[in-house]
Amino acid sequence: MLNIENLQASVGDTQILRGINLQVNAGEIHAIMGPNGSGKSTMAQVLAGHEGYDVTGGSASFLGRDLLDMNPEERAREGLFLAFQYPVEIPGVNSTYFLRTGYNEMCKHRGQEELDAMDFLSLVREKLKLVEMDESFLKRSVNEGFSGGEKKRHEVLQMAVLEPRLAVLDETDSGLDIDALRVVANGVNALHSPEKAAIVVTHYQRLLEYIVPDYVHVLYKGRIVRSGGKELALELEEKGYDWVKDEAVGAAV
Amino acid sequence: MTQTAGRTAWYVERFDEFVRSLNGSSSAQLLTQRKEAMDAFVELGFPTARDEEWRYTSLAALLRQDFGVVEKLGEEVLSDVDAWRVPNLQSHVLVFTDGQYQPALSGGASLPEGVRVSNLASLLHEDGEVRDGTSLAPRGKDAFVELNTAFLRDGVHVHVDKGVRVDVPIEVLFIAASPNAAVHPRLSVRVEDGAEATLVERYVSASDHVHLTNSLAEFSLGESAHLDHYRVQDENRAAFHIANLYVREERHSVLRSTCCTLGGRLTRNHVHTHLIGEGVDSTLNGLYLVEGQQHVDNHTLIEHAQPHCQSHEFYKGILADDSTGVFRGQILVHQAAQKTDAYQANRNLLLSDRAEINTKPQLEIYADDVKCSHGATIGQLDEDAIFYLRSRGIGSAAARQVLTRAFAGEVVERIRLEPLRVLLEDSVGKRLEQAIANRA
Repeated sequence: MLNIENLQASVGDTQILRGINLQVNAGEIHAIMGPNGSGKSTMAQVLAGHEGYDVTGGSASFLGRDLLDMNPEERAREGLFLAFQYPVEIPGVNSTYFLRTGYNEMCKHRGQEELDAMDFLSLVREKLKLVEMDESFLKRSVNEGFSGGEKKRHEVLQMAVLEPRLAVLDETDSGLDIDALRVVANGVNALHSPEKAAIVVTHYQRLLEYIVPDYVHVLYKGRIVRSGGKELALELEEKGYDWVKDEAVGAAV
Repeated sequence: MTQTAGRTAWYVERFDEFVRSLNGSSSAQLLTQRKEAMDAFVELGFPTARDEEWRYTSLAALLRQDFGVVEKLGEEVLSDVDAWRVPNLQSHVLVFTDGQYQPALSGGASLPEGVRVSNLASLLHEDGEVRDGTSLAPRGKDAFVELNTAFLRDGVHVHVDKGVRVDVPIEVLFIAASPNAAVHPRLSVRVEDGAEATLVERYVSASDHVHLTNSLAEFSLGESAHLDHYRVQDENRAAFHIANLYVREERHSVLRSTCCTLGGRLTRNHVHTHLIGEGVDSTLNGLYLVEGQQHVDNHTLIEHAQPHCQSHEFYKGILADDSTGVFRGQILVHQAAQKTDAYQANRNLLLSDRAEINTKPQLEIYADDVKCSHGATIGQLDEDAIFYLRSRGIGSAAARQVLTRAFAGEVVERIRLEPLRVLLEDSVGKRLEQAIANRA
């Protein structure tokens, strides 16, 4: 589904991604872990097409198409979804309007019929249950005045509405208490299926107790320095990131 | 001779012509007032960039125009008036074309007992004075106010008796049609103690011709009176529009005034509210949306004279292309006005690198127990928000439009009169769609 080869990216003169290789197949959940500043969020943003980053080398294909050739909205319409680490507050834009506009863009792209306000409301009501959100959220401006947990649930709600093929969750666990974490994880799990895939970017192993990955990769200084099964996450939790760093330094020498 | 002085002489000539054309139909008192106003105008001359109040608004283009006498109106203008009414608004309407009252096009919903709405010209014949004890605009201070008095032909007079609640909005529609027409309308509104009224002023152009509107409005609110006021200017891109509004608010009165500027080549809105009683609640909202070469200047002065009053001022502007804008918000709190609660915000969105806004809050506070806050912002669309929308499949242009509309929406949604709100949502939406399409 997603094939990343030697992906390099920078902000201004600072190179952040120094050659990422990653293959994600349908049905798989991959966790990307790593210490702060290793390039995890950059990788997520680059996949979604953030124009603040320059892709300086390598390639990425998504469902057979050149991902890097597509603008952010095309990537979304093709089925790539990024759950933001810091969801953006948009005053004056009603949540329902926002969700419906995105949903109908997907419908247009897939050649399906768009939904009117009434039909969409019944669809979104169902999805709200998944993230245990109150209907009153729909009347509010996008993310405005939402608590940290509400913002993350709102991200998962968007994911539930847009039904992406590949979801990239960028530190969706950060700032969540256990209850909120469970709600968010349950939502993500419920949306997972053999046709879909997910990349879970996280600093902590905690989220992976709820969203169990098939593969764990450790990102350090812009490269994946280690890959393994879910037990790698536990190992990292136990030993911290220092041993990975030491190993990476050792390998480089 | 300077351009300003040359133009002053031109207006003096036009005034002599005008007086001759009145042919004695103006009462002696009124004629005297006109002449006094003209003398005051000559004394003042047109403001220049040296006047602090006009520093960022150049009248050079206005002074190049030969504004003159209104010619006969074409029939096609008169037949299409409904197109400029606020759709679905059940109102009592007064229509003016080139400043002249059109009784055949006016009327509509009937007004309750205790409300008198009429055009001014009919009253001018009766009592023959435009400046009496109730005048609010200061004399000898503002060239355009003086010009308005000198050249005044017609306008609107509204009087709401004590305790009368007028549910039917009063809609005043000024349609400019003739080339180089200069129109000086006057609005005089008195809402007596405990009375309530809604007034909608709209200014439009029936053609692309250059024209000048120089309006003067004076609203007086009695104790606990309520006035909802909306002013929408959507004239053509060649029009010059000067608007002066003076409001006097007595104890516990409530004013909600919204000023929307969409049209005009050069627009100057000056508002002075005088809170002369205790416990007044005064709101000024504003929206300006300009593009191309348009220039808009909003000057407001909120004067707190008594304790326990609150004023809220919320002006937002969207400037595209090469357009320019000015916002100057003065709040003056006199020593007696303790416990004043004044809030002012001016937010601007620049859609192009060439657009410009000069914003200046100016607080003058002589009381020591007050709450005054102000904030001015100038910015572009939030790139993070654009990316967020795009990452949900919404195209770049559509994302910009959604965000720009939302920015304007914060003012539009405060309009309580639903048909007018719908009209503005629609016209603002269309305008932004164009502005963003032009940009792409």
